[in-house]
Amino acid sequence: MAKSLGPVKRKFSPWTDPAATPFIRFENITKRYGDFVAVDNLTLDIYEREFFSLLGPSGCGKTTLMRMLAGFEEPTEGRILLQGKDLSGTPPYKRPTNMMFQSYALFPHMTVEKNIAFGLEQDGLPKADIQARVEEMLRLVKLENFAKRKPAQLSGGQRQRVALARSLAKRPKVLLLDEPLGALDRKLREETQFELMDIQHTLGLTFLIVTHDQEEAMTVSDRIAVMDKGIVVQVATPAEIYEAPNSRYVAEFIGDINILECALVENAGECVHPGHPPVVHLESDGLKIAVEQECAAVVGDRVAFAIRPEKVRISLDQPPETGSNLAHGEVWDIGYLGDFSVFLVRLEDGRTIRAAQANVSRLVDRPITFGDMVWLSWPLDGGLVLTR
Amino acid sequence: MAETGATSQNNPWRWLVVGVPYLWLLVFFTAPFLIIFKISLSDTAIAMPPYTPTFEGFGAIGDFLSQLDVENYLFLTEDPLYINAYLSSLRMALISTGLLLLIGYPMALAMARAPSTIRPTLLMMVILPFWTSFLIRVYAWIGILKPEGLLTLLLQSIGLFGPDQQVQIFRTDYAVFIGIVYSYLPFMVLPLYSALEKMDNTLLEAASDLGCPPWKAFWKITFPLSLPGVIAGSMICFIPITGEFVIPDLLGGAETLMIGKTLWTEFFGNRDWPLASAVAVLLLLALVVPIVIFQNQQQKVR
Amino acid sequence: MKASRFDSTVLTLCFAFLYIPILILIIYSFNASKLVTVWGGFSLEWYRVMWSNEGLMDAAWVTARVGVLSATIGTVLGTLAALALTRYPRFPGRMAFTGMIYAPLVMPEVITGLSLLLLFVAMNVERGFWTVTIAHTTFTMCYVAIIVQSRLVTFDRSLEEAALDLGCPPVKTFFKITLPLILPAIISGWMLAFTLSLDDLVIASFTTGPGATTLPIKIYSQVRLGVTPEINAICTILIGLVTIGVIFTSISTKRAETRRILDEHQAVRAAG
Repeated sequence: MAKSLGPVKRKFSPWTDPAATPFIRFENITKRYGDFVAVDNLTLDIYEREFFSLLGPSGCGKTTLMRMLAGFEEPTEGRILLQGKDLSGTPPYKRPTNMMFQSYALFPHMTVEKNIAFGLEQDGLPKADIQARVEEMLRLVKLENFAKRKPAQLSGGQRQRVALARSLAKRPKVLLLDEPLGALDRKLREETQFELMDIQHTLGLTFLIVTHDQEEAMTVSDRIAVMDKGIVVQVATPAEIYEAPNSRYVAEFIGDINILECALVENAGECVHPGHPPVVHLESDGLKIAVEQECAAVVGDRVAFAIRPEKVRISLDQPPETGSNLAHGEVWDIGYLGDFSVFLVRLEDGRTIRAAQANVSRLVDRPITFGDMVWLSWPLDGGLVLTR
Repeated sequence: MAETGATSQNNPWRWLVVGVPYLWLLVFFTAPFLIIFKISLSDTAIAMPPYTPTFEGFGAIGDFLSQLDVENYLFLTEDPLYINAYLSSLRMALISTGLLLLIGYPMALAMARAPSTIRPTLLMMVILPFWTSFLIRVYAWIGILKPEGLLTLLLQSIGLFGPDQQVQIFRTDYAVFIGIVYSYLPFMVLPLYSALEKMDNTLLEAASDLGCPPWKAFWKITFPLSLPGVIAGSMICFIPITGEFVIPDLLGGAETLMIGKTLWTEFFGNRDWPLASAVAVLLLLALVVPIVIFQNQQQKVR
Repeated sequence: MKASRFDSTVLTLCFAFLYIPILILIIYSFNASKLVTVWGGFSLEWYRVMWSNEGLMDAAWVTARVGVLSATIGTVLGTLAALALTRYPRFPGRMAFTGMIYAPLVMPEVITGLSLLLLFVAMNVERGFWTVTIAHTTFTMCYVAIIVQSRLVTFDRSLEEAALDLGCPPVKTFFKITLPLILPAIISGWMLAFTLSLDDLVIASFTTGPGATTLPIKIYSQVRLGVTPEINAICTILIGLVTIGVIFTSISTKRAETRRILDEHQAVRAAG
């Protein structure tokens, strides 16, 4: 998006290279079920070795999109290209993609070993090769001692690993992961996220993951496509999605954010910091807001000002700023999260703004408490103007 | 009754709930088997009831044992009629069960793969004939299969048969097979359907995703996973078919040998109760293995 | 798709196989001609003949009484057995009990019939209405037990625990909570028991005595003599009764189910 974040070091960003050819291309894909449009004229490029997430609430079309790539559904319109080849009409069992199912779909009548070997057997590989590959996969997911067990004799985490090993055994060009960690508890999920990244890096494969869990998407992905009602709202790196969402939908879907309805007072005003964009002035019910941002809106437009709670400073004393980016209110509620405390501050006009403060010291009684009158302030590059 | 765990141990209701049906089954299901076994070892007498009462009071156990003999069983092994009837019954039951699987499996599969909106209707349509009388369903086939029956009429009217040709399957083993398959089809389809319907469709997707074409996925995934249903359905059909009486009696011919029919004739025709009992005991013994398999299967399902 | 065309062909053929013989039987019950293969025009003549056949009507009356009585006793016993199987994981002889519940389902009827007869003879009981009723109760209760048991297995025990928690004593909880919820299963169990009793020929033949000839025994003795439109007529009536019964119960259970789901949705909406 428009806002520059300054020079960012990146090792891997083929999407910024105009000469790079996409590995997977969804080209004007539409999928209808009767009157219901699950995917609406969607175009999306994914690059080789990318860890790409499709993120959105249930029913946004992300799973349908993935199933079309796997071959379980055919697009109503448009086509899917893999390395430039049109996949239309290719049945799932002839596609170089493998999928890890949300339910894992482990064959209950086969041992772990047999499950992993299943795909290789379909290719008619020699027995010795299959055996070697199965052992390699078992080592990769650290299940060497469970080869002879049936899926029913494994824990949830172990089943997840078997499913992963099975889908990786054929070395697919693309690994599709449908809510891969949804059934795991939080701690295990976090560990597994890093393992997934490790494996993806080691094997050098392209991963496409479908998830509704924004934290998961943020942790593992190179890029995220945020979807809503069959369209892609924004495709960007996790940092860009978080710091520079292109719409209220993305801003609210990812993380916590304060949104204030505003009128645009002045666009492209003075330039405060050299190299930064000029300041946009907004007004929200008497509250003056200034943001360093390039903005397409014109004076008088209704826009939204969005700011993440951790970028709002909270203090008992009046801060040095005057005029803009300053609000005064009463602490209405406090959420203590351990690493952070979130303060719900009620302004005089009844609106509330959330401010998060890192708990940097081991105090049990924090200096700011319920009923305190506090000042809220934020820097020029703390929030952003959203026009849609 | 609604209690759990420790409290149920000394609950008077428990004795009612468990005791009443237990006692009923002991008296009217298990006790008769012991009697049948005992009578099979008695001598035939002409008097009514047509066996020598060998059990007078519980004291006379020694007496009782001395009176027992295995002559009925010896007779059964000597007369090839009985051995042939046994073997023929098992053969008929085996072939019928095979035919039932052959017809029932595709049907159950088609039902399980049907859209979920029409599945209850299909299920209902399978269950409905199961509710109508066995006797009526067998009777319905007589009118069709008779030499001058409706099948002949149909074949003649479409020109496949000449006016003097007739369908010659009534009162043969073929008619018995048709009758058995017709009568037992719902018993085969229902367990198969419930096994197939439970199956997780994503397993087939996973197989396809891993490079397995649909027909191969059927043999590697669907069929092995439906085996409990196959076994249950086969046992539910095989066991009663072996002792079937009505179908071979009404549709079969003189050469149709089935043990259920033999037992019936021994009992109602020759009034030889001890011999009929011996036939029943041997029939039961032949069915012990399938019955045990069936029981184990039922235990496992739950 | 190819698979679905194969499937619909299979279904069409199989259902044709299941239903055509019965349809033919029904159609020919309205045949004016006495010959089974000749259509002599529509007529209710055979229903009249059937109605005036006193032996047949007596047998029907016996069958109805045996059916109602044995189905009712069988349902009570079967429900108790289902409760025993699901609620009491441990009692002496549980394995044997389970075996006795499942064995009658597959036991050849000739064996069950003969063994019960020999029991009645050994006990010196005069055979007739009551012996047939007891015999039918014994095998129908097992079917009821299995139907009710499958409902009890999926029964949410926390409903009973909630009632107990709210101060309702166990026996009252059973009658106020458990019984109403498993009632549909009990009703379909009763229906099945009644139909099985109505259908049974073999066991009834063994256990009956003078004056207690049931309808299947009567039909069987006539069928042996050949196909007559009168038998078609009585069969048609039996099929009609059973079909109406089955469809009625399945619709009413389905309606109850739909209403329950609607109620739940409404409750959720009201709560949200």
